Amino acid sequence: MRKVYLDHAATTRLNEEVLKEMLPYLTEHFGNPSSIHSYGRKARAAIEEARERVATALGAAAEEIIFTSGATEANNLAIRGIARALREKGNHIITSAVEHHAVYDTCLALQKEGFDVTILPVDEYGMVSVNAVADAITDKTILVSIMLANNEVGTIMPIAEIGKLCRERGIPFHTDAVQAIGNIPVNVDNLNVDLLSLSAHKFYGPKGVGALYLRKGTRLSVYHHGGAQERKLRPGTENVAGIVGLGKAIELAVKDLEPKANRIRALRDKLQEGLLAIEHTKLNGHPEQRLPGNLNVSILYVEGESLILSLDLKGIACSSGSACTSGSLDPSHVLMAMGLDHQTAHGSLRFSLGVDNTEEDIDYVLKVMPDIVARLRSMSPVYQGGSK
Amino acid sequence: MYTEQVMDHFTNPRNVGEIKDANGVGEVGNMKCGDIMRIYLKVNEDEVIEDIKFRTFGCAAAIATSSKITEMVKGKSISDALKVTNKQVAEELGGLPAPKMHCSNLAADALKKAIENYQANRAKQR
Repeated sequence: MRKVYLDHAATTRLNEEVLKEMLPYLTEHFGNPSSIHSYGRKARAAIEEARERVATALGAAAEEIIFTSGATEANNLAIRGIARALREKGNHIITSAVEHHAVYDTCLALQKEGFDVTILPVDEYGMVSVNAVADAITDKTILVSIMLANNEVGTIMPIAEIGKLCRERGIPFHTDAVQAIGNIPVNVDNLNVDLLSLSAHKFYGPKGVGALYLRKGTRLSVYHHGGAQERKLRPGTENVAGIVGLGKAIELAVKDLEPKANRIRALRDKLQEGLLAIEHTKLNGHPEQRLPGNLNVSILYVEGESLILSLDLKGIACSSGSACTSGSLDPSHVLMAMGLDHQTAHGSLRFSLGVDNTEEDIDYVLKVMPDIVARLRSMSPVYQGGSK
Repeated sequence: MYTEQVMDHFTNPRNVGEIKDANGVGEVGNMKCGDIMRIYLKVNEDEVIEDIKFRTFGCAAAIATSSKITEMVKGKSISDALKVTNKQVAEELGGLPAPKMHCSNLAADALKKAIENYQANRAKQR
């Protein structure tokens, strides 16, 4: 059976070149980077080279990169670290209703600890407005955290403008750039960000490693205690092979970004056109300001998990924002924040394309999809054979 | 995550559809949770379920439990059918993932409503 992977927003396949660079650091170069002997120095050099690579990819300085176990940790470190560091200055944090849970839930946790959290609404496309950020800022605001691109619907936020606004007001600005790296240009100066989170496994690197960009001069409180690694901000013996993998993966991710993105976008557009040609379907996310590989559609009158399983039986992997797949009783908070009704949210499917996808993959999905939809609709009590 | 029985009933559901001259119809669930089950009954003079069909909007567990219960009660008297519980339906399918036990395991409730609807229709006729 043909296998078609269209869930690159969840994770990606490790690039062979990345693996090749990682392997020696799991075996012969096993030293602890904190050791001063030759074993340690070899590992230390590899980490510092990776730091340079990450910095170069982001337009940052090497000393502004802190390696973490992934974006969840980077987001926690950024948000909690700023909140504690600036607690004396104020207690107000601004974020959006469509953040990944690593940001959203961290902000809610701070709210329980007494911080005043403003959760900005989004428009029907999942977009945060710059004016809404401007209006929400008070003299107690100590942090603004808005994602660069949404993980479910791919909407790309006006980060440079929000960053400019924050800079003018002297407020640290954090962005979760997990979905953006390797898909759209990410430069910390162009985006006017002070903190930025990323994760290697979203751009063909290994799982379990990520980084936080921390602009020079930005104060951050420590919340994990231990050794002096990563400027004491992330103590613990480094994941050397993972960090090496991150360095190589980000170097490859930003190389030839535009032609890669254009090719993926063309495939995405073909898939989009084909799926929206099915009756009673709807595009979720911004029609233009969207990640090139993202396609989120709602198939009305059917439920997302049934769709995913049916596609899986045909070898196609994708995801959904339905309650059954969110691990809770409610459909995706992102789709609900965009104002979708429950049925439309339950019937959502997210296809996320990557570098390995081909025209044949898209043709195959478009070939099997109509029958799957028709079968599930024929079982649906809310479907009246074509008319709403 | 699903048993073979669940996948079997999901991919080849039994008794899908409507009964045009049904004398009992029951629906449970709501769009908020993402599960809606509707059961159609044709109960004969001897109070035996002669025919039963369903339509379900929901996940594989919702579809499989709907399908399974139609198989379990077809040809049974309504008094026996009323004894079937959601838990038994899940057991007949080799179990359901824990989160599905409360949200998508409603087939017995739908059947009960359909039988009650039949009984109410009967009472009106008398």
